[in-house]
Amino acid sequence: MITVGMDLGTQRVKAVVLKDGAVASRGQALSSFDPTKAAEQAVEEALKAAGLKLSDVSYFAATGSAMDMAPYANGTVSMMGADAKAGVYLFPKARTIVDVGAEEARAVKCNEKGIMVDFVVNERCAAGAGAFIEAMARALEVKLEDLGQLALKAERASPINASCVIFGESDVVSLIHRQESKPEIARAVFDAMADRISSMVHRLGVNPDVVLVGGVAKDVGFIDSLNRKLGLTVSIPQYPDYAGALGAALTAASRAKGAQK
Amino acid sequence: MTEAGTVKGQEFWRWQEYHRIMPKKWTNKDLITAGVDVGSVGSKAAIMVNGEAYSWGITRTGSNSPESATKALSYALEGTGLKASDIKYIVGTGYGRVNVPMANKAITEIACHAKGANYIWGPTVRTVLDVGGQDIKAIRIDETGRVTSFLMNDKCAAGTGRGMEVFADLLQIPIEDIGGISLKVEKEPEPVSCTCVAFAKTEAMGLLRKGWTKEKVLAAYTRAMAVRMANLINRVGLEKELVVTGGQSKNIGIVSRIEVILGVKCLPMPNWRDEGSLDPMVAGALGAALFAKALYEKAQKA
Repeated sequence: MITVGMDLGTQRVKAVVLKDGAVASRGQALSSFDPTKAAEQAVEEALKAAGLKLSDVSYFAATGSAMDMAPYANGTVSMMGADAKAGVYLFPKARTIVDVGAEEARAVKCNEKGIMVDFVVNERCAAGAGAFIEAMARALEVKLEDLGQLALKAERASPINASCVIFGESDVVSLIHRQESKPEIARAVFDAMADRISSMVHRLGVNPDVVLVGGVAKDVGFIDSLNRKLGLTVSIPQYPDYAGALGAALTAASRAKGAQK
Repeated sequence: MTEAGTVKGQEFWRWQEYHRIMPKKWTNKDLITAGVDVGSVGSKAAIMVNGEAYSWGITRTGSNSPESATKALSYALEGTGLKASDIKYIVGTGYGRVNVPMANKAITEIACHAKGANYIWGPTVRTVLDVGGQDIKAIRIDETGRVTSFLMNDKCAAGTGRGMEVFADLLQIPIEDIGGISLKVEKEPEPVSCTCVAFAKTEAMGLLRKGWTKEKVLAAYTRAMAVRMANLINRVGLEKELVVTGGQSKNIGIVSRIEVILGVKCLPMPNWRDEGSLDPMVAGALGAALFAKALYEKAQKA
């Protein structure tokens, strides 16, 4: 049985093709002005990679902030539900899933079946999401993908106002003028983010099996800061940015199976 | 008014840089003081002759605060016949006040805006709302322009002028027209739920995708900004008369909505475009120049 999960995020659309309970392929496209078109592209890319056609798919499930605009969708899955499903599928012991995307961060508590039981969301403020790291990389004139490595070189963090992207930007500009070390500024950026995320995790109750997913989970600087703040080592899947799409594809599979019965 | 500010057609967010000289003369016997207000977005410098506003310049703040301060001050001096050495005392203020190299002293922008508002509107002002590029301050003052209490947004830039720049750029509307356009709606829409500056673009794009007009999008965002400002004023305690200073004082969409929400009228805004008129965006620099005069006179007596 073939199912497809689509995650329509603010920055990218990700698609996962699931064949008999295993990931067959993945695809993604930039959301830009037209998330519907981006989703079509991501799905096309994923199906092509698996040698499949649209008509082979039993169920399409959509998640992500623009899920209402998804093409082909037979149903939608909440973002928290998708995170929980994917987290437990990837790491069966996981009970807390942290998802940090471009404009939103979530911490989800779930049971052994991958069903969400509680969650905390940061959705109104960019200081707790990937947008913060992007803005700071721009202010530091460092490539986004290099910021993490830079932060790992620092022993301490510079003092910056990290409660707000806009204030943070101004602070970074003045720190650069005072010729403060860029690695220390970079570390401050990740520490501040990690502070926010770890307080979200703590609100759900401490749990040693924490999984980190979402686009920001690819950033070594953020991982290092989050591990330090949480005092544990988070588990990270090989494709953290596809977790939402995977969760949707898994839900799609159980819905399709339910419909067959 | 000398229009030295360059008009850059494609940059809709760019507000007008300008300088003005008031129609009066100075002599060598006069006391010349200056205030330099380096804000997060705009740098303003004002020159006073015996404690009266004489000239000022408004420029965009660059990434280097000392350079921006120097630029604003030279702009204020341009065409006056005055030299920097004629200025007896300079007070630096604003976000970058510690980086004003020529300043004899730095004073917080809260005190300076209070003083400046008292200078522009007179002793009846009791509440000053200062809205700049990335901050909002609600300030209570007494009849002499002294601060009695204040509140500011120290954790979050949501609802500040920077968001308006993002909208101007995205909607391709000159920033100075935004306020007026935001009022061209038949019915005021619900305010947007999120005024985070970093999300302004996504927020606006989402509404445009839903088929909202530019006017409606601006109305919803401006309304949300005004609600935040009104809340801050209510928290500090509103006492009449109310005035608005800073760059957003020029945004009629903001000012009129605050009046509606609070149910009070602000004191009339000087028409800053007119020759010989004061500009509430320079309130901080004017206040700083007044402090400079007082500090200089105190030093002479000592």
